[in-house]
Amino acid sequence: MTAAGFLRAILAATLLLAGSGAGLVASAAGPAVDAARSGPCVEDPAVMRRSHMDFLKHDRDDTVRRGIRGIKHSLSACVDCHASKADGRVLGSEKHFCQGCHTYAAVKVDCFDCHASTARPSATAAAAAPGRTR
Amino acid sequence: MNPVDKRRREFFGQAAAIAGAMIAPGLMLYEYAQAGDGAARPRAPGEPVNSKVRWGMLIDTTKCAPGCRDCVDACNRENGLPGTTRATDSQWIRKVDLKDLKTGKAVSLPVLCQHCAEPPCVDVCPTGASFKREDGIVLVDRHTCIGCRYCMMACPYKARSFVHENTTGQSPDVPRGKGCVESCTLCVHKVDKGGTPSCVEACAAAGHQAIVFGDLNDPSSEISKRVRAAATTQLRADLRTDNGVRYQGL
Repeated sequence: MTAAGFLRAILAATLLLAGSGAGLVASAAGPAVDAARSGPCVEDPAVMRRSHMDFLKHDRDDTVRRGIRGIKHSLSACVDCHASKADGRVLGSEKHFCQGCHTYAAVKVDCFDCHASTARPSATAAAAAPGRTR
Repeated sequence: MNPVDKRRREFFGQAAAIAGAMIAPGLMLYEYAQAGDGAARPRAPGEPVNSKVRWGMLIDTTKCAPGCRDCVDACNRENGLPGTTRATDSQWIRKVDLKDLKTGKAVSLPVLCQHCAEPPCVDVCPTGASFKREDGIVLVDRHTCIGCRYCMMACPYKARSFVHENTTGQSPDVPRGKGCVESCTLCVHKVDKGGTPSCVEACAAAGHQAIVFGDLNDPSSEISKRVRAAATTQLRADLRTDNGVRYQGL
């Protein structure tokens, strides 16, 4: 294959891939997760989808190092709001809020290796006995 | 004196005068801040901790009952610790029984992180995960801890534990997980909201009142009055770590 032919082959392959990618996005509406609560989040949902990890990372230092509690972007507030009404958790199946989206995006969610993935009993009346398992 | 030296002398003279003028107001502000009534005001939401407060604890060993583990159990409950005492299990507070072999005098006391003003664990931490908050509480930032356990080696009080196994059942306020070092946080999640550590509450609830928690910088706090009135000791005071936890009757 000549150099020009090789380049044409690469270009064709790239276009093919881009086309199939666009098709995938168009056909799938995204993960079907249980958002648990209606009403506004602390930021616009589109901003949260893209930047929640940055918000959490920024505010965690304010809490751990500077002792500021009740911050806007708090992981436990995420959990309290988004925990499934059935079992009070954000992990467990692909319907659960955190796990559903992270599985869809193939991103490991390791917050809950340490943090509780269960809402406070006061936060979810539906979760009568949350049992606080991760 | 040549003209260059003269100009130089004038320049340094003026510089010193300016520096003096700059420092003097600073000193006055500093003294003003120190001369306040010293009482710990509740922090406004969003206000970071500051060094006007120095949290401390006074443990009266004469009131600490041998065999009583109420503080230990309360700590385990509050912080989601397993409560078991294998070599690899976390213990944030433990009871120690001592006996002077010559006199036969026995004391029982809880030992926990001493919240040193000069913490060796902070000195040795390679990542900055072990740190002292402005208000004197020594903590591990688990986000940065790599689990090297150097701080456990450095601590003279054997106060820190390593989490060896996967954790379940964490409290939403006390995250903890495998691969990090941890120790007593003085129940920082409660203290930040104006509360008291769980061990202190449990000791009071049991009627012993052996532990007093408060602000060592506030001369009107109960702990300050007590340490002013009675002889108290810091464990291993020879190391000059200036512990926030003091013991009475040792």
